[in-house]
Amino acid sequence: MKLHEIRDLLQCEVLAGEDNLSVDIHQVVASDGMSEILAFAKSKELMITGLTNIQSIRTADIAGVSAVLYCRGKRPEKKVIDFAKEKRIPVLVTKMVMFDICGVLYNRGLKGVS
Amino acid sequence: MAVELLRESYEIQGKNYDKAGEVSGEIKVLLRDLGIDAVNMRRVVIVAYEGEMNVVMYAHRGTLTLVLTDRDINLEIADEGPGIPDIGLALQEGYSTASDEMREMGFGFGMGLPNMKKNSDEFRIESEVGKGTFVFAKIRLNANA
Ligand SMILES: Nc1ncnc2c1ncn2[C@@H]1O[C@H](COP(=O)(O)OP(=O)(O)O)[C@@H](O)[C@H]1O
Ligand SMILES: [Mg+2]
Repeated sequence: MKLHEIRDLLQCEVLAGEDNLSVDIHQVVASDGMSEILAFAKSKELMITGLTNIQSIRTADIAGVSAVLYCRGKRPEKKVIDFAKEKRIPVLVTKMVMFDICGVLYNRGLKGVS
Repeated sequence: MAVELLRESYEIQGKNYDKAGEVSGEIKVLLRDLGIDAVNMRRVVIVAYEGEMNVVMYAHRGTLTLVLTDRDINLEIADEGPGIPDIGLALQEGYSTASDEMREMGFGFGMGLPNMKKNSDEFRIESEVGKGTFVFAKIRLNANA
């Protein structure tokens, strides 16, 4: 699924990487624990988290995920968004909660990593 | 004998959460520029990042040294800090002495050292309580080629 399809499906606002939404997403890794993301991400997935500090983008960069989606309408500070732009990681935010996001994406055929 | 190609040392400041992870980010850029393959680069930066976070969270200061040879990448992370009283326990998944502040940053679930070990071909911890901790990790470059 393309990232822009995910944006439309979850009614996301795009905070970074507007010109980068044609990237293909096959898998999802979802957690508020950064070590868990690092343990399970195999690179190129969508990372969904409720953690909006600078470590979320650092972790995304280190894990090599394709994009970050913040849930529950949580918006990071500007410096976090700037950092994501510098690292060329698209960032989206949706008002939906984690459980609902995962349900919608799962129904559309996306799978978690394990 | 392995031939040493590059040796780079980075300072890590304890408790500086704003900078936490900068060293590992720099190492990622360096390894990518050197043309290290994606799989090995990923293993190295995960080990570096978890190791760096541990120095930031638990120690006063530390040094991360990256040594690239024609066969492998070695990470040596030495810190001045409280040390680890029971290394076997610290290596168990889920064991953590992290504070609430650290958990709020998304760390402190007791998966850091296990993640580091899993991504290394050789992994060793030495520690002296009240002095500091030394972590060594080797990632072989041909292991996943
Ligand atoms: N450099 C260090 N200095 C002192 N204690 C450490 C250090 N690294 C790890 N520890 C101890 O080992 C425990 C487990 O570490 P780790 O597996 O990285 O999990 P976490 O950092 O999430 O607690 C830590 O909670 C801490 O008590
Ligand atoms: Mg840790």
